[in-house]
Amino acid sequence: MYKILKKEVLSDVTKLMDVQAPHVARKAKAGQFIIVRIDEEGERIPLTIADYSRDSGTITIIFQEVGKSTKQLGRMEPGEELATFVGPLGHPTDIKNFGTIVCVGGGVGIAPIYPIARSLKEAGNTVLSIIGARNKDLLFWEEKMRAVSDELIICTDDGSYGRKSLVTEPLKELLENPGRKISHVWAIGPAIMMKFIAQTTKPYNVPTVVSLNTVMIDGTGMCGGCRVLLDDGAQFVCVDGPEFDGHKVDWNNLLSRLQFYRKEEQLAVEHWEHKCRLEGALAEGGKR
Amino acid sequence: MAELTQQERFKIKRHEMPNQDQIERRSNYNEVALGYTEAMAREEAERCLQCKKPKCVEGCPVGVLIPQFVKALREGDMVKAVEWMKVKNNLPAICGRVCPQERQCEGNCIVGKKGEPVAIGRLERFVGDFELANRTCPLVKAPKTGKRVAIVGSGPAGLTCAVDVAREGHDVTIFESLHGPGGVLVYGIPEFRLPKSVVHGEINYAADCLGIDIKTDHVIGRSFTLDELLSDYDAVFLGTGAGLPSFMRIPGINYNGVMSANEFLTRVNLMKAYRFPEFDTPVKVGKKVAVIGAGNVAMDSVRCSLRLQALQAEKTGNGSGEVHMVYRRSRDEVPAREEEFHHAGEEGVIFDFLTNPLEILGDKDGSVRAMRCIRMKLGEPDQSGRRQPVPIEGSEFEMEVDTVIMALGTSPNPLVFVEAEGLERTKHGTALADLETGRTKKTRVWAGGDVVTGAATVISAMGAGKRAAADIHKVLKGEATW
Repeated sequence: MYKILKKEVLSDVTKLMDVQAPHVARKAKAGQFIIVRIDEEGERIPLTIADYSRDSGTITIIFQEVGKSTKQLGRMEPGEELATFVGPLGHPTDIKNFGTIVCVGGGVGIAPIYPIARSLKEAGNTVLSIIGARNKDLLFWEEKMRAVSDELIICTDDGSYGRKSLVTEPLKELLENPGRKISHVWAIGPAIMMKFIAQTTKPYNVPTVVSLNTVMIDGTGMCGGCRVLLDDGAQFVCVDGPEFDGHKVDWNNLLSRLQFYRKEEQLAVEHWEHKCRLEGALAEGGKR
Repeated sequence: MAELTQQERFKIKRHEMPNQDQIERRSNYNEVALGYTEAMAREEAERCLQCKKPKCVEGCPVGVLIPQFVKALREGDMVKAVEWMKVKNNLPAICGRVCPQERQCEGNCIVGKKGEPVAIGRLERFVGDFELANRTCPLVKAPKTGKRVAIVGSGPAGLTCAVDVAREGHDVTIFESLHGPGGVLVYGIPEFRLPKSVVHGEINYAADCLGIDIKTDHVIGRSFTLDELLSDYDAVFLGTGAGLPSFMRIPGINYNGVMSANEFLTRVNLMKAYRFPEFDTPVKVGKKVAVIGAGNVAMDSVRCSLRLQALQAEKTGNGSGEVHMVYRRSRDEVPAREEEFHHAGEEGVIFDFLTNPLEILGDKDGSVRAMRCIRMKLGEPDQSGRRQPVPIEGSEFEMEVDTVIMALGTSPNPLVFVEAEGLERTKHGTALADLETGRTKKTRVWAGGDVVTGAATVISAMGAGKRAAADIHKVLKGEATW
């Protein structure tokens, strides 16, 4: 069992947790992910590593409450324990001095882009960062990102904070600025955002690394449910990734695969909320 | 009972296995084979001729002392039967259920030359189940040696090796990447063929008796590397199996509804998707499922699909659907265990022999709608001795399907080879190891089971685990040098 040591509410639907998992923390690197399972009935879901501390043996995860498991996780409190916590999985980010690079984090993708930006900064890169979200409430870690970036651009879809635009707009401006010489772009966020980032950088031929978060079970290459189509055949996100060349990914296939279990996910949420209400009602009844 | 003559023994008919009703079982996940009663087991045991040179034992990859345990069983001395069993096999309730006996012990049985062989597998299961319920013969650990052994993987090979090494007094730690021990016994083989309570019962019993530490959620190659284990342990055994699924190299494998048998079975068995939404993990099977392949994994996939369809039909009130097994060779080449093939047929699978998929076709939403297949015929024997299937020109046709499950074999997971310098691999991705001792090319590292042979059977993996355990013990005791 793996104990939750700390919880921060970053927004109504975005939560941060530090989890005690020394076997993961000892080797964790930027770009890798973990698999978590809440309890005996739980599913195994992948979450990217937002930070780690080898000294205290903890891993920081940040997640948005979208499905049954993340909603349930969001209700848990420090002191409670998780049944499964496996990792670090996948390949770490290839960190070296590329020159000037851009890190784009969209929504909950700000969490995993942070350790990558930090490592790239430490490796001597000039780090230009763009973070964005639908609105101000969904943004987090602005100061942390600023601390590891030479420049930080903030966007919101609705203009409630920073610039009112999608993250692709400022990215395009950076790419068009002849004084910049962008050598690489990293982008993590919703699949649709990464698709458009890859489209934006393609005409400029700037290598673009995306980190994919697909459906997974074991996370070690066993099920193949996470497979993604690239120009040169299918690969497994869990063991070949999670980072891929964004220009090679078949985005439409990826987006359609992410939808496959949509109906079941909805059902699971309804089932769980119903169960919670029942338990709540029973507890109320007990008090009387 | 008075001692029977050989003639009388021959006259006793082999006891059929009591099975769950074949219609009823299609909509539940309870065990199909119900097991012998004591009377049945004792009578079946009377059929054994007690050969002086028992051929059955030669057919067993771990050399179970079959005549001895069968004799004790027919004399009604269950404790003695368990003792004989455990000399060679620590997991009889599992082997009795999943071994391909018709090709091993029972295939060699002399009684079987004239009639039907003694039902050794069913007797083994009877003895194993008795021991799980009564625990008459706990495993005993020899005095502590102070040596430490790491076992990577808790499937049949790792478990067997762990138990044998621990019995000799060494400290054993098992590292398992999934959240529970058992490997393919829990993620691959379905509940209705091998109940998880039996697997957990056997594992917990052995681990408790011998003080084996099982660390789940530990991926060797990620959380720890092999080289790190070697600095902490005197010996390391790799029993990581063959967990990497193969996909056909045909267009369309990434449409929604196409999955590996590994994904399908893991969802159903390990994650209990058949109980969704009570358990979180869902699995989707449509109205027309095609399982490609004809091995045990294909049979398991077929039988799970039939049950999921039936469960769905019960919920929705609609008709259940079809499950096809698509195989490019003919009935005679089917590699699955006879009993599984038979059960799958009884439960209503449609066999499409001599049929090979060429392409998977999708609809505009990216979901499978059909497979383009070609009919095959058998040609000349190939290297394996089986007649090679060759396509019949012009016989292409479309088969409407909405789910495709690929059961085409698996290969070893490469993760364990990360930062393991000197651990050599064959071109098939298997670990290079001596088949007798299990020694790899890396000092103090042994390997056995599917990681060495490629996908094979539970019992052959157990045999490899056993042989490696014997060699590990010799080296740790100083009786052999590496």
